Amino acid sequence: MTPSQHLDATFAALADPTRRAILARLASGEASVTELARPFDMSQPAISKHLQVLERAGLISRGRDAQRRPCRIEAQPLARANDWLEGYRQFWEGSFERLDTLLDEMKASTKKTRTKRTRKGKTQ
Amino acid sequence: MKNTGTLHVTTRGDHEIVMTRVFDAPRRMVYDAFTKPELLKRWFGPHGWSLSVCEVDLRVGGAYRFVLQGPGGRSMGMSGVYRELAPPDRSVHTEKFDEYPGEAVVTTILTEAAGKTTLTATVYHESTQIRDAVIQSGMEHGAAETYDRLAEMLASQVAASA
Repeated sequence: MTPSQHLDATFAALADPTRRAILARLASGEASVTELARPFDMSQPAISKHLQVLERAGLISRGRDAQRRPCRIEAQPLARANDWLEGYRQFWEGSFERLDTLLDEMKASTKKTRTKRTRKGKTQ
Repeated sequence: MKNTGTLHVTTRGDHEIVMTRVFDAPRRMVYDAFTKPELLKRWFGPHGWSLSVCEVDLRVGGAYRFVLQGPGGRSMGMSGVYRELAPPDRSVHTEKFDEYPGEAVVTTILTEAAGKTTLTATVYHESTQIRDAVIQSGMEHGAAETYDRLAEMLASQVAASA
């Protein structure tokens, strides 16, 4: 898969709230299907389907222990998705910090215009 | 309630990114800041980048064109078309980077409460190549505090949807 396809697979897997909840649970340690099914009002087969999607996306792996096959979270694809989001965030965070300053200036000049009443100020 | 100044970026589905941010200003001002070139020039672009071209034909079907100049002489052009304009609360525009195929559709919604404005921008990517464009265009991203951070993000999404 190309990096872009990897991201797609990751985001597609993350699109579902149950799968995100499963990952959030696995972030605190590995768990079996039974353990994962418990907090959800879902059958084990339904949970297993979600686990398959997560496994195909490389977001989790399953242990060899035939009885439990514990699931654990795989950091790498999550890290890539997070890096991508982080890049996006940085773009907008930098922009928005400057926008905060600009908006403060706009508010200050509106106030001035209003108090002075020297001209027909825009009432924003 | 979200605090002013905290940007939240999450994904929805495999094609959408949702950003929310609160500004300490009425939404009319925020709307103007997003649509008037003289204002856009004063804030648009990450740290170290600035708008050298900012043309806006603010009407439905009208086009805009931005060129950002960055460190080391790098530049990045983007353009699009306004599809819906409903000031001061809603707008829809397309977004395309020069060097990459594919287009995103951005829906921006501004809600105001107690003098503060919440911006919610939903970016729909028809192709994942735009995602890559955002990374490859030199917008530096921070060091990898990846795993824990994403787990936190997931946990908060779960909490929010509970």
